[in-house]
Amino acid sequence: MDLTPIYLTLKLAAITTLLLLVIGLPVAWWLSRGRSFFKIALEAIITMPLVLPPSVLGFYLLLAFSPQHGIGLWLQKTFDVQFVFSFKGLVLASIIYSMPFMIGPIKSALQQLPASLSQASYSLGKSRWQTFTRVLLPNIKPSLLTAIVLTFAHTLGEFGVVLMIGGNIPGVTRVASIAVYDSVEQMDYHAANVYSLILFAITFVLVIAVFIFNKYQLKSPLE
Amino acid sequence: MISIDIKKKLKAYKGQHILQIKQQFAAGSVTKIYGPSGGGKTTLLKTIAGFTEPESGKIIVNDVVWFDTETKINLPPHKRMAGFVFQDYALFPNMTVREHLAYATTDTEWITRLLAIGKLEPFATHKPEYLSGGQQQRLAILRALAIKPKLLLMDEPFSALDPESKSALINELKVVFEALKTTVLIVTHNPQELDGLTKMEINIS
Repeated sequence: MDLTPIYLTLKLAAITTLLLLVIGLPVAWWLSRGRSFFKIALEAIITMPLVLPPSVLGFYLLLAFSPQHGIGLWLQKTFDVQFVFSFKGLVLASIIYSMPFMIGPIKSALQQLPASLSQASYSLGKSRWQTFTRVLLPNIKPSLLTAIVLTFAHTLGEFGVVLMIGGNIPGVTRVASIAVYDSVEQMDYHAANVYSLILFAITFVLVIAVFIFNKYQLKSPLE
Repeated sequence: MISIDIKKKLKAYKGQHILQIKQQFAAGSVTKIYGPSGGGKTTLLKTIAGFTEPESGKIIVNDVVWFDTETKINLPPHKRMAGFVFQDYALFPNMTVREHLAYATTDTEWITRLLAIGKLEPFATHKPEYLSGGQQQRLAILRALAIKPKLLLMDEPFSALDPESKSALINELKVVFEALKTTVLIVTHNPQELDGLTKMEINIS
């Protein structure tokens, strides 16, 4: 039984979640402050993967990063980087695909904090960075945890985008969800069952952990 | 000396009205600001602190220009460092009483003194959710004082205190204000409650 797809899936989910946390925190903070047409448009783009068929997103990413033309060709020539049919491509696609799961809960939580909290911190001479790390972040812990776990779990379950941009290369882009599909195609129901059960167990444990933690914090995990 | 000369539009249920203030406050003076609800008392304090901008005018505090529409100067709130006591207290839910003060100052002797002034020593390790309304309000006052501000803006700072604690706290605050030479503006709905503390008053109507 080849467990490489499970390892690849966990690696992809961990890297995506970490990178999205770094990208998502400042973006969510910026989006939570005031409204402008540019912010609304950016938020709509970030939210698109929630409603767009994953294959559509994957198709456009495939076109954009194809080494034959456009950005893909430029990346290949300038940096010798190829996103299509590589693990890097999976990470890029996952970041775009899972972005609303990281940014949404953090942005909502920041918006729900009273403006007077940051104002109180500023009045004590604290900078925006100090206010963000010492006052805002510690007070949105449940939502932050929800965002991290949802992003991780959502990346575990990706299929359409990953298949379009990564294909099905064993050890490189063949993640667990694709291995399940592939095993069923080959009538290997035992392998499909093992991959599915492992994915099911991991996601179940993650989601239930969030519910327990957030109940302890007296807040719904989906708030 | 604090000099304020500002104009700011205030949104109201029916249209808007203009808040226009031209006033000077002597250094170390304590002034009460009163007037009907919606008159712009809180907005005035927030404008001075830098949380909101007036349409035009000037704010000069101890010869430093904090805001001036002509020269386009607008110091951010963290550079103004006006002590601010919020009407909703704005306490940090993640911090204990002592952590609130330690976030504002590293002077441990001053923290100990402040805890004594607010009679909050027994609650130093408590977070705001485990404090009564009056204790939360006292903590909000102590936190603003922790930075030893030259200008202190207080929005209904004694509303949750019983008469006895209010009187005791006001006596303590008088001493602190004099020692720090702090200029204080206090918004209140009940001007009589500050009779022993303030000499100057402004009616915003």
